[in-house]
Amino acid sequence: MSEAITDRLFTIRFKCDNVSHLTIKDQDACLKCTTKECNFFCPADVYEWDGKRKVTTVAYENCVECGTCRIACPKENIEWVYPKGGYGISYKMG
Amino acid sequence: MSEKFDAVVVGAGPGGTAAALTMARAGLNVVLLERGEFPGAKNVFGGVLYRKQLEELVPEFWKERKFPMERNIVEQRYWMLGKESMVTFSHRNEAYKDPINCFTAFRVKFDQWFADKAVEAGALPIYETAAIDLLREGNRVVGVKTDREDGDLYADVVVIADGVNSLLGKSLGVHKEWRPDEVALAVKEVIALPKEKIQDRFNVDQDEGVTIEYMGEVTQGMAGMGFLYTNKDTISLGVGVMVNDLKKKKIKPYAILDAVKQHPMIRKLIEGGERAEYSAHLIPEGGYYSIPPLSGDGWCIVGDAAQLINFVHREGTNLAMASGRMAGEAIIEAKNSGDFSAQTLKLYDETLRNSYILKDLKKYKGLHKLLEEEDPEMLFTQLPKAVNEAAYNMFNVDGVPKAEKQKMAVRKIQEAAGGSLNLMKLGYKGWRSING
Ligand SMILES: Cc1cc2nc3c(=O)[nH]c(=O)nc-3n(C[C@H](O)[C@H](O)[C@H](O)COP(=O)(O)OP(=O)(O)OC[C@H]3O[C@@H](n4cnc5c(N)ncnc54)[C@H](O)[C@@H]3O)c2cc1C
Ligand code: SF4
Ligand code: SF4
Repeated sequence: MSEAITDRLFTIRFKCDNVSHLTIKDQDACLKCTTKECNFFCPADVYEWDGKRKVTTVAYENCVECGTCRIACPKENIEWVYPKGGYGISYKMG
Repeated sequence: MSEKFDAVVVGAGPGGTAAALTMARAGLNVVLLERGEFPGAKNVFGGVLYRKQLEELVPEFWKERKFPMERNIVEQRYWMLGKESMVTFSHRNEAYKDPINCFTAFRVKFDQWFADKAVEAGALPIYETAAIDLLREGNRVVGVKTDREDGDLYADVVVIADGVNSLLGKSLGVHKEWRPDEVALAVKEVIALPKEKIQDRFNVDQDEGVTIEYMGEVTQGMAGMGFLYTNKDTISLGVGVMVNDLKKKKIKPYAILDAVKQHPMIRKLIEGGERAEYSAHLIPEGGYYSIPPLSGDGWCIVGDAAQLINFVHREGTNLAMASGRMAGEAIIEAKNSGDFSAQTLKLYDETLRNSYILKDLKKYKGLHKLLEEEDPEMLFTQLPKAVNEAAYNMFNVDGVPKAEKQKMAVRKIQEAAGGSLNLMKLGYKGWRSING
């Protein structure tokens, strides 16, 4: 992950659950996905294509819960729910 | 938690809280449910709240010592940006001080303050709890399932005020998933800057503030807009782009914001400031045609969850508050008659449809189609660029006759629009789209 995003996420308070609220439904679909655009549109760099293991990795603990990936993944391949009540991000200003 | 309530409100944003407050005041037994650690914890907006719709719920709120106002807006600026230039339009008026028209705020503070009002009026707060589905009997909504153990909450009516992502609206089937061209993703940074610097740079007093909306090359050919608002000792800087365009461009959202910060007009205003918080949130921008059915047997839907945003005038919180209040009032009527069917709750739809909210959204109903049909590169980059070049030439004293300059300016703008016929068509369509 780049410094550009770690510096930013550092300004937000996270209360991290130990299970992910984001799930890739089918890694095969990612393998076939030619755009892999989740690697770009997510404002928190949660998704990254791991070329060696051939999977999309999900750094769910960085998610700012905007909902973009649920709408923007061209294959509707991301299962998206809220973190458990009280978990996830808490802004201090908003 | 097997007690039955008159109403469960899902989401303690401005929409949900307005509904809960309205009903609690009338003596209804209401739950205000919120998934965040506290109301506001999950919420982001640009930063402008409006007096009118809040005053209708909390008269003279601004006189409260603890009211979380940042700056009272006395000037609004609109910037059309070129690469290193801008053409601007603005209005400043001392009259905006009394009565105040709008002001900047932070959601974390405001949403808590507002939700406390509903709780003081008697609403039962249940925070740190997410609604994960609706409970149904046949076609009727009879409550919500929460992520707590034994967490079913039963009620005569559920108010769906769960914001732009509205998983409950989807579970109900009133709207399917939004299309990428119905939402914009905005990224924002709060930038800390000493009070005095803000006052000097924006030419304002202690409590006065300025808003800037900007558009142009900074969105890199995507349909979008940005904002820069003054707070007490911070500046809120953000930029939003349509998700369908963002998908195509493969640009990181925060990189767009970084580029914005480099623009000479913006750089100088935030110089020396430090990033205090980064955030990102979706904005529903589908407009009039994206508004779903608003009520049914045992439910009402309000605010962002119902796409009630007027993006032309950056009004959202006020429409959420007004729709929440109207839903609350319809439910009070339903309670009085003991009938919570679609037939009775339709009162909410009718009130909303006859109000300025739907009238305003209807006025701009063609805008979305315009954005769909026209190349965003042309509308958001080429046209602003041509206008800036024309302005440069008109003001530049270089010995070229004014009449010639004028001709050249018109030609440049025509070229940007793809020819004079296209420019005329665009002008006509643009006019129709905001006067539909
Ligand atoms: C970047 C940006 C800039 C904006 N600028 C402005 C502006 O300057 N002025 C303006 O008036 N409007 C602005 N808006 C729009 C405004 O923020 C929204 O219109 C407004 O917040 C809508 O209120 P709401 O109550 O409908 O939804 P929200 O404010 O989103 O509230 C929804 C609430 O429901 C909670 N929730 C969601 N799901 C569940 C669940 N399942 N269980 C429990 N709780 C749940 C959420 O945590 C949240 O607290 C802006 C929006 C953005 C993103
Ligand atoms: S965009 Fe969707 S399908 Fe493509 S790689 Fe990302 S998650 Fe997989
Ligand atoms: S919800 Fe937003 S921040 Fe979270 S993973 Fe999806 S796009 Fe990224």
